[in-house]
Amino acid sequence: MLLYLILAFTIVIALFINRNKAINISLLGLFVVLQWGITIYACFHFRSTELEYFTFDALGILLLLTLSIITIPAVIHGLIYIKDNKDTAQSRAIFFAAIVGLITAIGAAYLSNHIAVTWIFTELTTLCASALIYHHRNKLALEGTWKYIFICAISITFIFIGILFLSLSLIHAGSSDLSFKNLLANSDKLNPFWLRLSFLFIFTGFTAKLGLVPMYTAGIDAKDKAPGPAAALLSSVLMNVGFVGIFRFYIVVANTPLHHWANLVISIAAFLSIFVATVYMVKVKNIKRMFAYSSIEHTGLVMLGIAAGGIGYYAAILHIILHAFVKSSLFFQYNQLYKVFQTKSIYQIGNYFKYNTTGAIVILLGFISAVAMPPSGLFVSEFLIFKSMFQSGQILVLVSVLILLTMIIWAFGKNIFKILFIPAIGFDEKHVAVISPWESVTQFILLAAAVYLGLNPPHEFVQLIKESVMQLPI
Amino acid sequence: MINVLLITFLITLFYIAIANRMLTYINVLALQGVLLFFVVFLQLNEISTLNLTLILLETIIFKSIAVPVFLAYILKRNHITREAEPFLPNFVSLIITTIIVVATILLANSIEDKHLDKIFFVVALSTLFTGLYFIATRRKIITHVMGYLIIENGVFVLSLAVGNEMPMLVNLGIMLDIFASVLILGIFLNKIGDVFKNIDVNQLSNLKDY
Repeated sequence: MLLYLILAFTIVIALFINRNKAINISLLGLFVVLQWGITIYACFHFRSTELEYFTFDALGILLLLTLSIITIPAVIHGLIYIKDNKDTAQSRAIFFAAIVGLITAIGAAYLSNHIAVTWIFTELTTLCASALIYHHRNKLALEGTWKYIFICAISITFIFIGILFLSLSLIHAGSSDLSFKNLLANSDKLNPFWLRLSFLFIFTGFTAKLGLVPMYTAGIDAKDKAPGPAAALLSSVLMNVGFVGIFRFYIVVANTPLHHWANLVISIAAFLSIFVATVYMVKVKNIKRMFAYSSIEHTGLVMLGIAAGGIGYYAAILHIILHAFVKSSLFFQYNQLYKVFQTKSIYQIGNYFKYNTTGAIVILLGFISAVAMPPSGLFVSEFLIFKSMFQSGQILVLVSVLILLTMIIWAFGKNIFKILFIPAIGFDEKHVAVISPWESVTQFILLAAAVYLGLNPPHEFVQLIKESVMQLPI
Repeated sequence: MINVLLITFLITLFYIAIANRMLTYINVLALQGVLLFFVVFLQLNEISTLNLTLILLETIIFKSIAVPVFLAYILKRNHITREAEPFLPNFVSLIITTIIVVATILLANSIEDKHLDKIFFVVALSTLFTGLYFIATRRKIITHVMGYLIIENGVFVLSLAVGNEMPMLVNLGIMLDIFASVLILGIFLNKIGDVFKNIDVNQLSNLKDY
């Protein structure tokens, strides 16, 4: 693990200094090998702790695998993106250094077993993500970056305040070790008042990464302005960082008498997120922001599953993994769409099937997956989430969420079918870029992985999910 | 003595609420840094000398010299007008700050906890909420940054309350300070000054859904 961190940060620095294209590409290749190396190493050292602060536990390994799988297409599409954009050597160096740094920080945040360490790596993701968002160096990118940094800085401060309150709560238990394991062991002795405040602050803080009400706004602008491959990382694996932060702390809170209160807080935030996502989805005309709002809807569903409990825990973890695959493949596809139409506005995009058939199939399949129609794997997880809500007696919430989801499907579908089939007015067909179908292969693989893991999950995969929710009360 | 310092810290909040000029804001931030320096010196008497030196250096060099100097430099370089331009009149600001402080005092009185010095809690929370209030009601981006710095100071006070038991948290707070300030101030305020000539939040509303 130490070796991994040192090597990864060396690669970041090397990428940053280096201006030679060939060396850049080989460094990226080296990083992919390194990333898979740590993943395989983690699988073989399951449940062991390294460097005191990193544990290869079930949840960490699941999300690390997801991250490593998405790393490969992210690097490939990053290279394609840079090649097409003819960026300068300097901006290429910053772009790749930031991507590698982001992936490393995300991986470390997944594995950390100490709330302060998670917090540090969350900070680091903000730094790398802001470099990616500012890639285009124009006024709008600056605005997006500024908002992202400012909101993330405030939410990181909130998490820190939460950690301070948590430490106050822990002093009552006569301990000062803030690792999740120790917190869980002392969960019956934690002072409920401070724990309550602490949960509120930590939850609010991590929503900036996870993309829930109240701090979701930063993520939307960020995904809008970041280049496609970076936006794919931001809306899949980076959201999982927020999830990990909240979920690991939620396990602690769930083992205290505050369990029901925490569920209430989470369901309110989750329901409002779905509501907000619906409102914006109906109006939105910027395709990237549409995908981003769809992510908010999905995280809302995940948190509803967590709040409902029972089978909902399992479904939530399954959902967040499958969503990462689906949403990243949509964002990877977005770049090809942009290459054809040179705009993100849905008004000026249309008849995509004519110009890039493979890409259009990706969008269609991605849409089917994202709205959780069978055979999408998300159908299974969403179905289980609804089942858990039904079982826990939240019929009213369930019905309103279903109504909102129907509206989202309508709005999403309206825009997607416009993109795919209806010719755009005044679109000049003469200079359409020809896209090689091979560029879509990775996206098909990601979508297929989402279907496969949802419909026919391997035994080990199910075991890992079950183990990661084991410590939660039923 | 700590109480006197912390109450002075609280008074600086009221002063910012009615201050009109940008330079006053910067001076108050520097003063807060100095106050925190003495609070750290008196409060953290149980931690190792090396760590204490680090924290003291951070408060005095970073909080009360480097950041204010840099803010003043930005003001000058970008020709930012000297008025703070709040959305609300100063009188209302003063009232709201008072309400925040009174509310936190009431909240603090309602909790029974022998492990916590209540005055730290009151000062920290009221600084936090006043900072958020400043961010919400000031027009310039640079005042938003100052509001954020005020929040940081508040958080720092709170971390001092548990500093003797868990010095690691104070160090983390310092890391947050330096990291966020460098990120926000160093990179972006400079850039924003170059791109947007008159720094005003109303210019930051071009990212839309359509």
